[in-house]
Amino acid sequence: MKIRLLAGLLALGMAAAGCGGATVESSPSASAGAPQGGSSSSAGTVKIAINPWVGYEASANVVAYLLKNELGYTVELPEIKEQLAWEGFENGSVDVIIENWGHPDLKKTFIEDKKVAVEAGSTGNKGVIGWYIPKWMADKYPDITDSKNLNKYADLFKTSESGDKGQLLFGDPSYVSNEDALIKNLKLNFKVVVGGSEAALIKGAQQAQEQQKPLLFYFWDPHWLFNKTQLVRVNLPAYTEGCDADPKKVACDYPEMDLDKIVSKKFADTGGKAYELVKNFHWTNEDQNAVANDMTNNGMTGEQAAKKWVEANTATWQAWIPK
Amino acid sequence: MSSTAAVGTPSGLRLPRWAAPAGAAALIVAAYLVFRGTGTLPHDKEAPQFLAVTELREWIDEHRNDNPLFLYFLNYIRLFVGSLYDLFAGALTALGWPGLTGVLGGLAWLAGGRRVGLLAVAGVSAFGVLGLWQSSVDTLALVAVAVLLSLVIGVPIGVWAGRSERVRRAVTPVLDVMQIMPTFAYLAPLALFFHIGAPAGAIATMIYSIPPAIRITALAVSEVSPTAVEASASLGATRRQTLFKVVLPLARPTIALAVNQTIMMALSMVVIANLIAAPGLGGDIIRGLSRAQVGIMLPAGVAVVVMAIVLDRMTTALARRGPHTRPRRIDLAAAGALAVAGLALIPVLPRAWPESWTLDVTAEINAAVRWAETSWYPVTTFVKDQTSLLLLNPLESLLTSAPWWLVALTVLAVAWRVSGPRAALTALGCLLAIALLGTWEHAMQTMTTVALAVLVTLVIGLLLGVAAARSPRYSAVQRPLLDAAQTMPAFVYLLPALALFETTRFTAIFASVIYAVPPVVRLVEDGIRAVPAEVVEAAVSAGSTPGQLLWKVQLPMARRAILLAANQGIVMTLAMVVVGGLVGAGALGYDVVVGFSQRTDFGLGFVAGVATVLLGVMLDRITQGADRRPSPQRRKST
Repeated sequence: MKIRLLAGLLALGMAAAGCGGATVESSPSASAGAPQGGSSSSAGTVKIAINPWVGYEASANVVAYLLKNELGYTVELPEIKEQLAWEGFENGSVDVIIENWGHPDLKKTFIEDKKVAVEAGSTGNKGVIGWYIPKWMADKYPDITDSKNLNKYADLFKTSESGDKGQLLFGDPSYVSNEDALIKNLKLNFKVVVGGSEAALIKGAQQAQEQQKPLLFYFWDPHWLFNKTQLVRVNLPAYTEGCDADPKKVACDYPEMDLDKIVSKKFADTGGKAYELVKNFHWTNEDQNAVANDMTNNGMTGEQAAKKWVEANTATWQAWIPK
Repeated sequence: MSSTAAVGTPSGLRLPRWAAPAGAAALIVAAYLVFRGTGTLPHDKEAPQFLAVTELREWIDEHRNDNPLFLYFLNYIRLFVGSLYDLFAGALTALGWPGLTGVLGGLAWLAGGRRVGLLAVAGVSAFGVLGLWQSSVDTLALVAVAVLLSLVIGVPIGVWAGRSERVRRAVTPVLDVMQIMPTFAYLAPLALFFHIGAPAGAIATMIYSIPPAIRITALAVSEVSPTAVEASASLGATRRQTLFKVVLPLARPTIALAVNQTIMMALSMVVIANLIAAPGLGGDIIRGLSRAQVGIMLPAGVAVVVMAIVLDRMTTALARRGPHTRPRRIDLAAAGALAVAGLALIPVLPRAWPESWTLDVTAEINAAVRWAETSWYPVTTFVKDQTSLLLLNPLESLLTSAPWWLVALTVLAVAWRVSGPRAALTALGCLLAIALLGTWEHAMQTMTTVALAVLVTLVIGLLLGVAAARSPRYSAVQRPLLDAAQTMPAFVYLLPALALFETTRFTAIFASVIYAVPPVVRLVEDGIRAVPAEVVEAAVSAGSTPGQLLWKVQLPMARRAILLAANQGIVMTLAMVVVGGLVGAGALGYDVVVGFSQRTDFGLGFVAGVATVLLGVMLDRITQGADRRPSPQRRKST
C-alpha cells in the first residue's frame, strides 16, 4: 500500500516537474485497493473490466483464476459498464474486455482513431440476440413462433404500458438494438416498452413462464436463464449478409455474433504471458453457461465457480497456457 | 391566505370566491376540447440540440490530451483525489478489522459515550459478518475522501455565504441545481472530465454531498447572535479574531449537523458512483441487480444503512454536545482502551475478516422474496392495472395531447394564484425552456408519474404522520423504519418491486413513494406536534371528539408544515425519476440512462437531465408560495 501511495505521489511530482502537464495515462491506479498490499513477488497486475452481465463475469473469472493460479499474476476486476470500459483503455484503468458484442462504432473510435486498443481474437462464444417468448406460449399457439403471425396474437401481449398494441419488452439501453425499425418495417402492431435493465427482462421472463402470462421480449444467448426457464425464440425473417446495413431499414433477424476480446494496446505490447493467455482463451456457450449458472443459481462466488470449471476441464484450458 | 376572504370588495356586485378559478378552469377545459392534438411537441431522438451536445462531447474527448485545461488543471485534480483515496484506502486496510473496530469504536465512545461506542463496534463487526468487509472498507474510504473535500471546500464557502447576503443569493441556485440534477445525468460528463475509477467516483460523490455542507454552515453562521459579534468588535477584536474566536465556536453545533448531513448524502451516492467504476458496496448491489437476486443486494444495502446509522449517531452526539463540555475522564479512558486494544490486536489477528465468521443468507432472502412475489402477485397486478387504467393513462394522454401553449397558460395561472407573479414567471420560464430543449413530450410523461407519486406519497405520509403524532409509542416503532427506508439504496427494492408490478410506470411510482414518504411523515408529525397544547386542551374541553380535533384544529393549524411536506415530496420524487427509468418508467429518466449508456446519445441524456432540473424548479416554484422556502437542513433530513 505504501509503495502504491509513494508511486502515486512520485507520479504527481514527476508530472509537476515539467513534463508539460499531466496526461491521463500518468494517473495512479484507479481501481480498488487490492487486499493486503500487492506484494512485489507477483508477475504483474492485469485489470479485466467486469461488464454487468453474468456470462461476461463467468469468462472474466475463469481467465482471472488461471492468471492468478497458473501464471502468478495479480488480477483486478473493476466493475464498469460496456461503453465506459472502452474509455478505461485510455487511462490504463482497464487492460481487458473479455467479451465484446459487436460495437463497430467503439472499435472505430478506440482501435482505429485513438489507437489505444486492439482486438485479441474470438472467445468462441456465439452471441445470439433475438425475440423470445415463454415456452408455454409456443406449446399453446404453435404458429406464434413465426413473426408473420405475431399480429394475430398482438392482443395477448397488451399491457398497461402498451395501450392498444402488443408489448415488446426491451432491456438496458446499452444493448445492440433494432427493435423500433423491425416493428415498423415488418408492420407489426407492437410497441417497444423499455425496461431499462437486465433485471427487468429476467424478472419478466421468469414470471411469464411461472404464471403462464404472455410476454414477448428481447433477450440473448449465452445466458444462464436458459438453464432455469424455458424460452422459445420467435423467427424473424432470416438474416442475410448486409440486410442490417441501414439501421432504419432493417427487416431481418440479428446475425449470429462472434464474440471477441479487446485489450489495451499497452497490454498487447507489454502484457507478456498474461496477454498470451487472454489471446488463447477460447471456449463454448455451454462452458460459459455452466459457470454463470453456478454463480447465479448455486450460490457460488465467481472464484469458486471458476475453480470448479477449471478442475473439471483441464484439457481445455491447458491449451491456453503459454509455454 | 385566509385574510383575502375577509377583504371582499365593498361594492354591491359580489361574486362568490370560487367564481374566478372555476371560470378559468372552464375556459381551460373548453380550450383543451377545441385544440386537443394540435400544438403538441412530439419527441425527436435526433433533435439538433441533442446532436450539438453530443458533438461537443466528442470534441472535448478528442482534446483531452492536448488541452491546457486538462493538462494543467483537471488531470492534477484527478491525480490528487486519486492519491487521497489511495491514502485512505491504504490506511483503513492496514488497520485491518481489529484495528478499525477498535479505533472507530474508540472515536464513537469519545463522541457519544458508551452506547454509541458499542454501537460502532457492533456496526463495524456487522460488515464482516455480512461478508462485505473489503467492499465496506472501500466505501468508507470513498465516503471519507468525499466528505473531507466537501468540508474543506464547503465550510469556507458556507461561512462566507453566512456573512454576506449577496454571496448567499449567488450560491443558492447553484446548490439547487446540484441537488435536483439527477445524479446519473452528471456521471457521464464527469467520466468525460475525470475518467472512471475511484477519483471520479469521489468527485461525483462530493458534488452531491457538498450542498448541505455549504447551506447548513451558512445558516449556522448567520444565526450567531449579532450581539455577540458586536460585543466582540467593540472590545477591539479584528474581523478575523471575531470569526475564529466568537462566530465559529458559537456556530459549532450547527456545523456539526452540516458534517452529519454531508456524510448522509455521500452515503446515498456511493451506489451510483459505482457505475463509473468507483469501488465499494455499490458493486455488490449492482451485481445483485444484474443477476436479479435480492439476496446479494440486501446485505450490501444493510451494510450501507448500518454505516449511515453509526456515522449519524456519532456526529449527532457531537452536534448535541455544548461548545465547552469535555468528555469525562472515564469515557476518555474507555475510548483509549478500546482503540489501543484494537491496534494491539492487529499483528495477532488476520487482517481480513475470517470467512468462517460470516453469515450467508443469500438463499434464504431469495426464497422469501420469491414467496412474496408469487403469493402477492394477483393483488399487486390488480392494483397496478387499475391505477394505470383510471389515473395514469388518462392523465398522460391529457398532458401529451394538450397544446403546449395551453399547458403553459395553465401553469402560469395556477402558479400565479398559489405563489404570486414572481414565482409564476419563473415556472413559466422553466416550462418554455423545456419546450426549447426538445424534451416536451417526455417531460409531460414524467410529470404524470411524478404527480401521481406525489399524491400517493402525501396520502400515505399524512396517515402515518398523524398516527405517529398521536401515539409516541407508534412513532418510536416507526422511526427506525423511516431511517432505513431513507438510507437503503433504492436499487435494493427495485427487484421486488419489478416482480410485483412488472416493468411499468407503476413500479417507478412505487419505488419513489418508498423513498419520498419518510421526510413527509416527519414533517407532518412535527407539524401536528407543534400545535400548542393549550389549543388542543381548549378544543377538548369544549367537547370536540378526537376526529373533530384532528379535522378542525390540528390539521388546519399544521397547514404550513403539510404544504412544506408536499414540496419536499416533489423534490424527493424527482430525485427518483432516473431510477424509475431503469424499471420501465421511460420518459426523461430513461433518456438520462440512455445518454449514460450510449456515447452517441450523450446529448439526449444530458439535455434530459437539464430538463429534469427545470421540471423540479417549476414544480417547486408552483408550490413554494404556500410556504416559504424550506430551511436547508430540512431538505434531506435523516
